[in-house]
Amino acid sequence: MSAGLALRDVGRVYDHGRITALEHISFDVKPGEFLSLLGPSGCGKSTLLRCIAGLDHPTSGTILLDNRKITAPPQKLGMVFQRDVLVDWRTLLDNVLLAAEFRGLDRRALRPRAMALLERFGLAAFAQRHPWELSGGMRQRAAICRALLCDPEILLMDEPFGALDAMTRDDLNVELMRICQTTSCTVIFVTHSITEAIYLSDRIAVMSARPGNVQKIVAVELPRPRPLEMRETPAFTNYVKAIRQTIEGRPGALPLDPARDSVPRPPIMGAMAS
Amino acid sequence: MRARFLDWAIMALIVFAIVTIWQVAVIVFQPPVILLPAPSRIWLDFWEAPSYFLRNTFYTFATTIVGFALSVVLGIVLAVAIISSRILDRVITTLLVLLNSLPKVALAPLFVIWMGLGMEPKVAIAVMLAIFVTVADTVMGFRSVDPDAIALARVNQASPWRILIKLRLPSALPALFVSMKVATSLALVGAIVGEFVGGSTGLGFVILTAQGQFDTSRVFVALVLLGLLGSILYHIVELAERLFVPWHVSQRNG
Repeated sequence: MSAGLALRDVGRVYDHGRITALEHISFDVKPGEFLSLLGPSGCGKSTLLRCIAGLDHPTSGTILLDNRKITAPPQKLGMVFQRDVLVDWRTLLDNVLLAAEFRGLDRRALRPRAMALLERFGLAAFAQRHPWELSGGMRQRAAICRALLCDPEILLMDEPFGALDAMTRDDLNVELMRICQTTSCTVIFVTHSITEAIYLSDRIAVMSARPGNVQKIVAVELPRPRPLEMRETPAFTNYVKAIRQTIEGRPGALPLDPARDSVPRPPIMGAMAS
Repeated sequence: MRARFLDWAIMALIVFAIVTIWQVAVIVFQPPVILLPAPSRIWLDFWEAPSYFLRNTFYTFATTIVGFALSVVLGIVLAVAIISSRILDRVITTLLVLLNSLPKVALAPLFVIWMGLGMEPKVAIAVMLAIFVTVADTVMGFRSVDPDAIALARVNQASPWRILIKLRLPSALPALFVSMKVATSLALVGAIVGEFVGGSTGLGFVILTAQGQFDTSRVFVALVLLGLLGSILYHIVELAERLFVPWHVSQRNG
């Protein structure tokens, strides 16, 4: 199962309207689609994702999940954060099962599924290890297993590979793509890497900053499965060029815009960027 | 395991060295017994009436343990109340700060008037002394949970109760154990203060009567027993810490 999402003129202001984080955001996400939110730091892409997760609320407009307005975190939602958020006192397996325990589900019933997920990510041998004994890549793999444990219809990923080294990041891109092909789950993926967005996505919502809005939606019409080498093909690099031009072409989206930077940036914008 | 044995050996050696220096100093400088008795003299004094000393030590031990346990349990309950409601936070914090600002020694006679000469006023004073640090550290522990972990719990439909049990409590454990180490000694202080003020049992009472008779050696017996008692309590908490939070950075080997 997968869920469709509709954003209708979504806006989010902070500090009684003094800071506009998001403005006039409207787009649809089809069931089973992989959509990336791509943009520079501080463009509000994480804020938007938190609104979709029901953790934050838009101050204007609505977000509909299968035609129902999101007011609290939806049932069939999985989330992966930039940091793995594994707890130190539990083994990898128990960390994955924590998602079930939060939901009050039977641990024992979900144990085989948790083991199967760890197996798929090559972590079966480390199921009884603690997070602090493992590498960053392994930890983030476990975080993805935890998000997938309760069979989400929609998976939200907030720069999940942002803290990893380039090689681990490539590995995880390939693994994520493989997993997405075997499930019908809708994925919304936040990133500031153009390459990563093109490689993974069906469509990319390119965002600009201050106020954050969607500048353009790019459909990535590259065939699947996509091998990593595809990133060097002309078709791929054309997408990179086009998106880069979209981001850089817009005045105001540039980081050094004197008119906008004369106003000191409030600290909350920094918090939202993370 | 070997490293652990070595730790204990070093500790014993340090104690032995201090006792030896003390003994030698008394032999060399010959201070009056009323000022500083030799360790050998203190030891002999203990052996004159071991059951008397042990009975009183046990009484102080029981008071301290009950006071300590109550302050930990009450402390956790109050900490949960503080983090769960802004109004409760205001009320409890105001009362605790007020209570903590009063010198507990000054309150002790009042507790004796209210509760009599039994164990109750001593336990009450021990709790009053030990509870503040427990509440403060536990609240801090509860509040230092990773905000992303809370977000993760909420995305997974966790109720506030489940967030408390599955996230807040385990992540507050390291802070709780630190506060418990401090609380053992504070509870011991509370017990002794209570015994000074009223009653006729406990190491505090032993010290008070020995002082009345200028029996310095007996004061020292009680002090040594108090030191042992405090150290044992501390190490029990430390042992529990190793068992319950082996995952914490401070407990990992190597």
